[in-house]
Amino acid sequence: MNQPVIELTDVSRRYEAGPPALDGVSLTIAAGEAVAILGPSGSGKSTLLNLIAGLDRPSEGTVTVSGVRVDELGEAGSARYRRAKIGMVFQFFNLLDDLTVVDNVMLPAQLAGTTRAAAHRRAAELLATLGIERHARAYPGRLSGGERQRVAVARALMNRPALLLADEPTGALDSASGEDVQRLLTQLHGEGQTIVLVTHDLALAESCATRTIQLVDGRVSTDTALEPTR
Amino acid sequence: MSALGTIVRSGVGRRRVQTVVIGLVVMIAVTAAVLGGSLMVASSAPFDRAFTQQHGAHLTAQFDAGMATAAQLSATATAAGVTAAAGPFPMASITPVAPSGRALRPIMVVGRADPGGAVDSVSVTDGRWVEGPGEIVVHVDGRLPGALQPRVGDVLSLSELPGAPTVTVVGTARSVSQTAGGWVMPEQVAALTPTGVVEGYQMLYRFASAATTADVDAGRANVLASLPAGALAGSQSWLTTRANSAGQTVLFVPFLIAFGVLGVLMAVLIIGNVIAGAVGTGTRRIGILKALGFTPHQVVRAYTVQALVPAAVGAGLGVVAGNILIMPVLAQTNELYGTADSGVTPWVNAVVLAGALAVVMLTAGVAASRAGRLRTVDVLAVGRTPGPGRGHLAARLTSWLPLPRPVTLGLAHPFARILRSATIVAAIAFGVAAATFAVGLGVSLNQVQATERHGDVVIQPGRPQGGPPPGGGSGGGPGRVAGPPEAPDPTAVVAAILAQPGTSGYAGIAPTEVTVAGITAPVDAIAFTGSNSSYGYRMVSGRWFSQPGEIVVATPFLAATGTTIGDTVVLTHHGHPITVRIVGEAFNVESRGMQLLMAAETLAASDPNLRAMEYTITLTPGTDVNSYLKELNAALSSVDATAMLPDDDTAEFILVINALTALLTLMLVTVAALGVLNMVVLETRERVHDLGVHKALGMTPRQVVAMVVASVIVTGLIGGAIGVPVGVLLQRWIVAEMGDATGFQLPASVIDIYLPTDLVLFGLGGLLIAIAGALLPAGWAARTRTAAALRTE
Repeated sequence: MNQPVIELTDVSRRYEAGPPALDGVSLTIAAGEAVAILGPSGSGKSTLLNLIAGLDRPSEGTVTVSGVRVDELGEAGSARYRRAKIGMVFQFFNLLDDLTVVDNVMLPAQLAGTTRAAAHRRAAELLATLGIERHARAYPGRLSGGERQRVAVARALMNRPALLLADEPTGALDSASGEDVQRLLTQLHGEGQTIVLVTHDLALAESCATRTIQLVDGRVSTDTALEPTR
Repeated sequence: MSALGTIVRSGVGRRRVQTVVIGLVVMIAVTAAVLGGSLMVASSAPFDRAFTQQHGAHLTAQFDAGMATAAQLSATATAAGVTAAAGPFPMASITPVAPSGRALRPIMVVGRADPGGAVDSVSVTDGRWVEGPGEIVVHVDGRLPGALQPRVGDVLSLSELPGAPTVTVVGTARSVSQTAGGWVMPEQVAALTPTGVVEGYQMLYRFASAATTADVDAGRANVLASLPAGALAGSQSWLTTRANSAGQTVLFVPFLIAFGVLGVLMAVLIIGNVIAGAVGTGTRRIGILKALGFTPHQVVRAYTVQALVPAAVGAGLGVVAGNILIMPVLAQTNELYGTADSGVTPWVNAVVLAGALAVVMLTAGVAASRAGRLRTVDVLAVGRTPGPGRGHLAARLTSWLPLPRPVTLGLAHPFARILRSATIVAAIAFGVAAATFAVGLGVSLNQVQATERHGDVVIQPGRPQGGPPPGGGSGGGPGRVAGPPEAPDPTAVVAAILAQPGTSGYAGIAPTEVTVAGITAPVDAIAFTGSNSSYGYRMVSGRWFSQPGEIVVATPFLAATGTTIGDTVVLTHHGHPITVRIVGEAFNVESRGMQLLMAAETLAASDPNLRAMEYTITLTPGTDVNSYLKELNAALSSVDATAMLPDDDTAEFILVINALTALLTLMLVTVAALGVLNMVVLETRERVHDLGVHKALGMTPRQVVAMVVASVIVTGLIGGAIGVPVGVLLQRWIVAEMGDATGFQLPASVIDIYLPTDLVLFGLGGLLIAIAGALLPAGWAARTRTAAALRTE
């Protein structure tokens, strides 16, 4: 097995009221794995993703990603951690409407201090790879859902992250666009990208993931390795 | 609680920043309005108000004690048309010498045991009323420099009287009717006459009708009807006193109006924006309210009341603050005007309170009316961030700037909301204009003050009595002079001045009086000797005199005589007619602008013995003034003269205006910064989802702060660029108005007071206001939890 990229140890996340969103979760994800987190609404999938991304902190337990104790990072530290280690793809794309496609894609690199010219070269390369280079100067509002998600993926890959996190990446797409994104993620995993995917979509999980983790009421219900379908 | 009440309460509670901003803006605006309104009232017809407050005398009459008895005079109180009378008060004329050795003008002292009464209820402004012999209360004139006024504790010498008695100033007081220059106990008056006998009495009358000269004349005739002919030695009508009471009292009005207008405009602008912003960011909430069955009218009402609640609290606090802050200011205006205002006039409080709430209601109603007009289906579907097409060009252009990406992102933000950005620009421009105007006004007024300084050192007649001559300070101290001053020997004084290292130039000042064809009263004239007579005078037009027969005058003289520069006028001095040419117009407020300045040689033929009474000396840069004074006084030891520092007291009214200006400017700048704060909070709230995206992509808190602060840089710079010229124009307009109001044309040194570097700094002040307003919300934005921001719809 490859080196672990993600290690969660007895992680719980409690909010002020109600049952814990996560309750004593421990898991390890190795480099190169594509893991799909499955579960019904309120099972803790997004909370788990937020903890790995450093967007939230556990109430208990430790979260280590690529050797970094994410649960101990401050605001600035977690921002730098996300820049360096994480690429994120969201259900509703979260593209910035007032920036062009290429400016959206360049943004993580520019935040990390990369020059505009260098960022532009990398962005152009990614847009070409993902087949959307013709939209470089367009604004996100003019693109289809599938195209927007491709832009989001390009942006997520901008800083060559160790880990790609995808939160319901096909949830806001029609079936054709969803299949398009599904192929893209599969391709990325095939190229060695570690992916953690939160989804309701079993078909997506089965086609992209090498392993599924089922959450129920904040606990790991099942953790299953899948046979590759490709 | 009704549904509307619930919505209002939740709106006020949820929109805490807007609630606080509305409350603070209204509080500051109301405070400024109460201050401004009260001062406008105080500045309005101050003589008439003071006259009413003091039960002023319509007629002040002096009677010859040898022609009319006290009993006869008392009986005039019942003459036809007399509604109240006071007196007879014994009176005497004295010529006191101040502790500095300066001979004061002769003053009429009146024996009054009590400052109050039915007529001429004198206001004691400092110290107490006289209680025994050897005490005097002197009349103060707030328009005179402090140095020329006796102060409590001063011992005045009466060296022209047998035994050279002294009187101690135990108080200062003001009579709006100007019935006396000083007051002593009645029993003491006889001792203040050379003969030891009371020679005159004063009677003060109020008449049933005194609106016109004819009324006062008729009243005087009624009074005199029962007295022996020739008993009246002199009289003064209140109408004459009122006509002479103009002066700086009108100076306040234009500047207060300017600040009042600025304050009201800013309050309207910011309150309108706060409500419009609340509507803009609350469109989804409005949609839900409408979907639940709220009528458009109810929605408008909800948002209007949402503004009125904090506004009412702010207005209440503003009234309290205004009433507290006005007290020390009113004390100053009482000094200046001779009034006895003890607090804010009630109707000012009522009008300001009602006006402020009406403005808030109107502004909020107009801003909220958009909420009523919004279609339910549209607002429920409304997006979070500005629609596509807004500010794209700016975003694209700024992305090319060689600056960190968070900064270039922020720089583009104002272009996405042009109207809102314009209102931020307006708020900043108002603040910058206020600061530019205020500082400029202060500098102008100080320049006016500087025109009264004509040297670094002055030599005045008289020697200190005992103790060493002053080596520093303006001199003074009790009992310095034994007798009335005489002009010191000019040859010896000039020799001492010229021999002193550090002397740059000097001027000898010989005051005298001349008559001018066409002007009934004598006119003050200054005849100069020496090389430096023009020092301190600012020319409005023309030039300084350069030879005998040339004079320099001020605007009021030109207006009174209908002359212009280049004209000749005939002066009469000691009976000799002298034709002189007006060669220059100087800004000179002395003698209310009726003072002529000329070379001593001009008057040499008419008065060969005219000597300089004082000397002003300018020093070469770097000269130690204290050493200079010590050495010059040593050199003057054989001359009856003392060198000292010029009195540098700033005129009271300039202090008042400076203090008010600082206070009102601070308020307007604060309101401007609050306006920016509110706008940035709105922006941040609207962009909170984008902010979450930025943070998710790795934007650090510091980069968030940089982005938010950068978002106000453009607006701050534009606001500064607009505000500076507005402030400069306002300063020029108000200063010119002040000059017009007092009858003076102001010199360029008073009007053109801004240096290019000043203007740049004021312009950057806009940036400072913008950044100050943005820092707090920038901090909030930096602390926003990313996960929560990403969930924001």
